[in-house]
Amino acid sequence: MPDDHAIQTQALNRIYKIRGGKKNEPKELIALRDVHIEVPRGELFGLLGPNGAGKTTLIKILTTLLAPSSGRALVAGFDVTTQAYEIRPRINMVSGGESSGYGLLTVRENLWMFSQFYGIPSKEANRRIKELLRVVGLDDRMNTKSSELSTGLRQKMNIVRGFMTNPEVLFLDEPTLGLDVGAARDVRGFIQNWVKQQSGHTILLTTHHMIEADELCDRVAIINQGRILACDSPSSLKRMLQREAIFRLRVDSINSAEPNNFEKIGGVRHFTYRPGEGHATLEFILEEEDVLTEVVNQLASHNIHLQSLEKREPSLEDVFIQLVGRSMEEVEREGTS
Amino acid sequence: MLGRLRTFRIAAWLGWQIESNWTDPFLFAVYSIVKPVAGAAILVVMYGVITRGDFSSPLFSYIYLGNAFYIYVGAVMAGISWAVIDDREHYKTLKYIYISPVRVPFYLVGRGVARFLTGTISVMITVMAGLLFLNLQLDLGTVNWLMFISALVLGVVMLANLGLLLAGVTLLIAHHFFLIGEAVASALYLFSGAIFPLDVLPDWLRPVGFAIPLTYWLELLRRALVGNVAEAFPTLSNFSNTQLFGILVGLTVGFGLLSTLIFRWCDHQARERGLIDMVTNY
Ligand SMILES: Nc1ncnc2c1ncn2[C@@H]1O[C@H](COP(=O)(O)OP(=O)(O)O)[C@@H](O)[C@H]1O
Ligand SMILES: [Mg+2]
Repeated sequence: MPDDHAIQTQALNRIYKIRGGKKNEPKELIALRDVHIEVPRGELFGLLGPNGAGKTTLIKILTTLLAPSSGRALVAGFDVTTQAYEIRPRINMVSGGESSGYGLLTVRENLWMFSQFYGIPSKEANRRIKELLRVVGLDDRMNTKSSELSTGLRQKMNIVRGFMTNPEVLFLDEPTLGLDVGAARDVRGFIQNWVKQQSGHTILLTTHHMIEADELCDRVAIINQGRILACDSPSSLKRMLQREAIFRLRVDSINSAEPNNFEKIGGVRHFTYRPGEGHATLEFILEEEDVLTEVVNQLASHNIHLQSLEKREPSLEDVFIQLVGRSMEEVEREGTS
Repeated sequence: MLGRLRTFRIAAWLGWQIESNWTDPFLFAVYSIVKPVAGAAILVVMYGVITRGDFSSPLFSYIYLGNAFYIYVGAVMAGISWAVIDDREHYKTLKYIYISPVRVPFYLVGRGVARFLTGTISVMITVMAGLLFLNLQLDLGTVNWLMFISALVLGVVMLANLGLLLAGVTLLIAHHFFLIGEAVASALYLFSGAIFPLDVLPDWLRPVGFAIPLTYWLELLRRALVGNVAEAFPTLSNFSNTQLFGILVGLTVGFGLLSTLIFRWCDHQARERGLIDMVTNY
């Protein structure tokens, strides 16, 4: 029953039972709350949220590794709880930031072995492996033991493992995590090309990089604390902030106690402060442009010297701030403290 | 079905690549030759002390062979259950295998084949050492080979089932219990009549010996190899070979069903609790 949705979830919840309350008593952690998403076939769908938001948990449920606590999830039209064996031949998954694989096998052997689990004829498998390794720039390492690869190259091998089976639905969990800038760009380019070429194939990608979500995804769901807060195309999401004005100010180094005052200025929606060498960067989301006058006055009254001022377009980061009231970085910092 | 055979074959290939990847052949020798021979030597010394050196007694052959073939128990059970830990925690591939179309039990049993093969080397070397140096009463010309092969195959199927059961349990437990295969094998060593007759056990422990299929399996192997001295061990001497086979088949089927059920339950639990990609010390 080919359905026009690659992924569909209804009222999906996941609760982890964990020890670690006071006196080691069991407690419950709600990792996903009432998640509804619908991803049509052929879409590159992004899940954007800070660490601990529940992104991996959702992917684990959709790839049949983890059971939902309640609610329903369909992948390629099949139920993850009751039809796992229908789903598995149609999907694949790649997790970033880990080095998986059999170190004592060569790159080619690792990939060939997995292709056999999917029943891909050996000849065809070898052809795909060769081609994909060439695309990610790993073809000269085909006969290298994977233990001898750097983490970045191992991740590229893992990416080939995911794409090699031509899955109907592919799950990429932070695919560029831990890669250097160049490798991350390669991988993004590769992902983008793949969805273009394979019409009807779907990718669900999680990330906590704004730019990655913005650049790659047709639509993005913003997730925080297990809840989907918004879901739309990046441009529509950013249109939520069309009335606000966003400014980046570079100033001489300031006393770190002072920034607190800026939040209190009327009309300042959000304020971030990043110290640098010999300067500091201040970012303001203002309810309207006029508020800037007051901000500049305040700087002057504190004897803070303004080096430069720039108005910038809203980013998905600003959308997140708008929805949550804090930046992703702030949310992550609170989570670990 | 074809897919399952392929899964089994590929997993066996992988297991062999891992098992035979001794960067140092010396280690391989220690592991599959020195260790079993040393184990047998300890047994021989103990036997010698207790019987004042009566190595020509049929009892000696019985004990020696029981111990030698018991090597398979640890090898097959540990080989299968260890694959779970190895893939989950070391290679971090278990989740990728799980989301592929393979039937995981076929994969795991396949992974155990390599340990079965190295186990076979150990068994053969141990038996040979007995023949060469210890006057082991085993005449290869009088061995009932058909019975031997049948019992061996049946036993390996049974051990694979037990291995799968332990693999299921391993899915639910953390790394520090990683020697579960060896541990269970050692525990059953005393209850399976491998080195002494069940009659030696206290009354209340004896039923354990009769309930586990290993007891009948070892008895059948020994009868096939040194049939004429079957009476040396009193425990099962009232049973005919056919009866023993019948019991072994029955227990193998029974344990097979039980293992399948337990594995499924553990598998389900692992999915409920999110343990399939667990890394211990998380
Ligand atoms: N196996 C687990 N047991 C208990 N809690 C978990 C487990 N896995 C994840 N969590 C918790 O669930 C929340 C969501 O985690 P996760 O889905 O990994 O988030 P993300 O991938 O967005 O960083 C976090 O608070 C995390 O600590
Ligand atoms: Mg994650």
